[in-house]
Amino acid sequence: MTGMEDDVSEMREPLVGQKILRTEDQTLLRGKATFMDDIPIAKGTLHAAFLRSPHAHARIRGIDATEALKLKGVHAVITGEDIKPYTKPLIVGFANPLDYRGIAMDKVRYVGEPVAIVCATDRYRAEDALKLIKVDYEVLDAVVDPVRACEESAPVLHEAAGSNRVSHRVFNHGEADKVLDAAKNKTQITIRYPRNSVTPMETYGVVAEYKPDTGGYDVTSNFQGPFSVHTVMAIALKIPSAKLRHKSPANSGGSFGSKLTLFPYIVVLCVASRLAGRPLKWIEDRLEHHASSSVAPSRVTTIEAAYDDDGTVNALRMEHYDDHGAHLRAPMPAPIYRMHGLSTNCYTIPNVKVTNNIVLTNKCPTGAVRGFGGPQLYFAIERVMNKVAKELGMDPLALMEKNLIPAGSFPYRAPAGALIDSGDYQQVVKDSVEQGKLDWLRERQKQARAEGKLYGIGFAAAVEPSQSNMGYISTLKTKEEREKAGPKDGAVASCTISVDALGSVNVVGDSTPQGQGHQTALAQIVADELGLKFSDITVNLETDTQKDNWSIAAGNYSCRFSPASTSAAKTAAERVRVKMTKVAGRFLNVPEDDIEFADSMIRSKSNPDNGLEFRRVGGLAHWSPSSLPEGMDPGIREVAYWNAPELTPTTANDEINTSLAYGFAFDFCGVEIDPDTGNVKVDHYVTAHDCGTILNPGLAKGQIRGSFANAIGASLYEEFVYKEDGTFLSGTMADYLIPTAAEAIDPVLVDTVAIPSPFTRLGAKGIAEGNQYTTPVCLANAVADALDYEDVTMPLTPSKVFGWINSGEEMAPPADEEKTEERLSVDFSGDALRGEGETFVPAPREKVWETLLDPKEMAALIPGCKELDKHAEDHFTGTLKMGVGAVRGTFEADIRLKNMRKPESVEISGTLDGSLGVSRGTGWVELDEVEGGTNVRYHYEIHLSGTIASVGGRLLSGAARLLINQFFRALVARAAPDAAPRKGLLGKIRSKFGGNS
Amino acid sequence: MKVLQHGQKHSVEFTLNGEEVEGFAEPRMLLSDFLRHEIGATGTHVGCEHGVCGACTVMMDGKAVRSCLTLAHQAEGREIRTIEGLETPDHEFNDLQQAFHENFALQCGYCTPGMLMTLSELASTGKRYTEAEVRDALSGNICRCTGYKEIVDAAMAVLGDKGQVAAE
Repeated sequence: MTGMEDDVSEMREPLVGQKILRTEDQTLLRGKATFMDDIPIAKGTLHAAFLRSPHAHARIRGIDATEALKLKGVHAVITGEDIKPYTKPLIVGFANPLDYRGIAMDKVRYVGEPVAIVCATDRYRAEDALKLIKVDYEVLDAVVDPVRACEESAPVLHEAAGSNRVSHRVFNHGEADKVLDAAKNKTQITIRYPRNSVTPMETYGVVAEYKPDTGGYDVTSNFQGPFSVHTVMAIALKIPSAKLRHKSPANSGGSFGSKLTLFPYIVVLCVASRLAGRPLKWIEDRLEHHASSSVAPSRVTTIEAAYDDDGTVNALRMEHYDDHGAHLRAPMPAPIYRMHGLSTNCYTIPNVKVTNNIVLTNKCPTGAVRGFGGPQLYFAIERVMNKVAKELGMDPLALMEKNLIPAGSFPYRAPAGALIDSGDYQQVVKDSVEQGKLDWLRERQKQARAEGKLYGIGFAAAVEPSQSNMGYISTLKTKEEREKAGPKDGAVASCTISVDALGSVNVVGDSTPQGQGHQTALAQIVADELGLKFSDITVNLETDTQKDNWSIAAGNYSCRFSPASTSAAKTAAERVRVKMTKVAGRFLNVPEDDIEFADSMIRSKSNPDNGLEFRRVGGLAHWSPSSLPEGMDPGIREVAYWNAPELTPTTANDEINTSLAYGFAFDFCGVEIDPDTGNVKVDHYVTAHDCGTILNPGLAKGQIRGSFANAIGASLYEEFVYKEDGTFLSGTMADYLIPTAAEAIDPVLVDTVAIPSPFTRLGAKGIAEGNQYTTPVCLANAVADALDYEDVTMPLTPSKVFGWINSGEEMAPPADEEKTEERLSVDFSGDALRGEGETFVPAPREKVWETLLDPKEMAALIPGCKELDKHAEDHFTGTLKMGVGAVRGTFEADIRLKNMRKPESVEISGTLDGSLGVSRGTGWVELDEVEGGTNVRYHYEIHLSGTIASVGGRLLSGAARLLINQFFRALVARAAPDAAPRKGLLGKIRSKFGGNS
Repeated sequence: MKVLQHGQKHSVEFTLNGEEVEGFAEPRMLLSDFLRHEIGATGTHVGCEHGVCGACTVMMDGKAVRSCLTLAHQAEGREIRTIEGLETPDHEFNDLQQAFHENFALQCGYCTPGMLMTLSELASTGKRYTEAEVRDALSGNICRCTGYKEIVDAAMAVLGDKGQVAAE
């Protein structure tokens, strides 16, 4: 079944480098894989559901779970106050006064923040109970823009921190200030990188259980590492780390970084399982994943460049506002520091100054996302390089080539500290230009432009770091703080290989894969080393922190597998080989240097007939310890902990070699923009990668194409949208759009150099992130070229691009149609849903007034309202059932009337509060007497939050229009029951869409 | 017609991959949850629970449907086919599974059950499909890992002009 049964031949080709079909497919394609939610659970396990904040920023005045606890099957409702005694704050990489424990304590700081956990006999019941919990919130002002959040007047999220800017560091490598001040030529650009993620198909999942025997917890989850975070969890749970047993299942349905920040949920669910007295299971749903799992930090960067007339760039100076949302969670703010050593990308720019502002805002907190800080940094650098070229009237590629690190200068020490191990950037560019037909593309652009089309070409290049130095995060501390804390460096990978009594080989690794084919690649490496068949090697990559070998760098992130995990496997296999060589040498009476492993034999090189089957040598170590050389331990189980000496700590001057192996990616593309719709069509895309030794081309191409598809999504479609008041609008996959097979673009993959890294055991460098770096800014450069427009931001949605096309001219107002008595407009841009309109009611003004303000009449007018209670002349309450699309819910309405000028005008304000969210709004109504009746003019402003905005945002404008129409139809029907039905009332209503809602 | 009571479990019976299965479900229970947690057929995956991602696609009476938008009770008496039923009788991969394997058309494999069931519906017609038709058919199945090329290649190897005999 593996297709590898007959892979044995004399002097066979190494398996590494071959397109070996994946072992993993055998279970996955049969529906027999084990994902988190597939693992059978103990009977009696409770199911958790989280009550989440509908507000971006609010103080919790009280939580009442009385009604929820009465529901059949509900065992416990647990809040932050309950969790607190069993935890300490979840720490991050620098001292700070933030108190974050994975669940809200006194305040909520983003829409979706956990507020309470219901533990019930099944998930359906747990979710039923959520609707019965009453939370009393005092709503506070929110801030979502990271630059604005640093202003004095901005609402502060964490009072204890005193400011939303929780870290500020300035780094000088060289003399950027001096060079820029003296420069004849300089330019600058400000970029905004949006909030996005690579959302995996499988969401978070956890089963947690309190263990009274150890006082610790057993957890199974699809957490992905780095396991340095295991220590963060253990500290937060106030237990020795050995007592926090974490296991991960064989399969994980993608992660792309996101499953790192599952860990706060693990902590919360551990304590909840303890309080509920049962094992507790939670599977995150899609809305939860979008609203409150993890996203890449969005960023605002202003970057300046100083350059010579010939295009040589001499200095870069950049200031980042890195937006981490409501909390910092380990290892945040790592992405910005992981890229620090590469602050000059692939260029020989000798001076760079970097200012990092780490900012908190009322949005979902951040975490790892494929690319990890690279997309943000390179968007700024490659945009400013593009601008330099433009200002010099130079071809952008020529400018890049002018500044590329020359071949032959590797390992190259970049000014901010990266020790770029290997590469031949010029050759990669040359291969790309030839194979990707750049000359043809330039001709194509010329023709398109001659035809009046908006056609642009973009370029981008990136150094692609892999295997993170665990010490880089210390760069955010000052030299003095680092000295006090002691050195942090390295990135330890481990692998354990055992040979059992029948000579069967088992490999255990620490790479927690999420579909990358690690089982297959490790089997290739170990089979090569031991002269065995691919199918002889069993690889188990489930993890168990109580039984496996692991260290803090374990896990799957920052392209760690290709450089690190393979090196550990190679090292462990070598150790097995050394031991078995000694055993066989003694048994065969052959010197050790004459022993070879081939064809499942261990034999004499000079006399291949003198040999033993591999399995027999393995067997000896178990069945006959007395046959072993003196002093040798029986059994065969070799553990390798592998680290690279190049991963040194941050220097006193803040230089840091942030990663071990550095690949190179180079892209160019042609885009055509539809002037009528703003649609960006990717006409031609070329991408090239030097990732060193390729372990398995089938797996490697999958990583490139996958990363490219993710980057296309980020460039064209994907954004987690927040309104100015912190309302979250991207709760569904219909709001957060991901490319499908129909939109997918197949790039030209360039066949180019594969320069092995001198620092990794197999010469492999990472390959899975390159297009996250290059593709967004390559497309942005192309769009900037097509439109001659500078402030290009992702995603390149048609409505936004259309605005740029027409940025120079005033939009003509829609043709003024004949004046009708009804008009209605709804606008959901800005911070609220706003609308205005007027309608004609064929009834006298007093009658309309009475109808409008009589609670009985009003109840009949409001769609979904059964009854309103009148508490005073100007105060009504009642219950409403309404919804948007399939999302329906019950709301408590509280309506107050102000500024009543009977029968002319009134101000109506109110709140709707329900399990689906909260809305506050005010409407102003004026009644004018006109011939035959009354003209009703109104305008309103509604702030919406919670689920209804998150999942129904795109429908709200339409829904508002519909509800208003229903309201006025009802008004006409009740105020003027005798009036003839008006023909086509809806059809006559003129509506116009405003903004980018 | 069976009358279902809110909050009560009622029996559900249907044919799953040729075998009779039965279990109990509240009226509101989704078919995806019933398959996975009542029957134990965890090959069908749940990705979004709002009908966009397609991971939960199964075949009901020969048509690809979203099991997250189908209630368990709607499957009563029907014929359901899932990824677990795709192997040949001697437990080898069928043509689509083999093509996915050979083309590296899956990475994490979470979306794969839905992809295979959507394509199984096409395969069951015995027709030939163009690449554009295949891409269109797959536009209701999201994959985050592959970028789709390998999936489309695998599908075309079976369903395209030069394809093997359709899966059945």
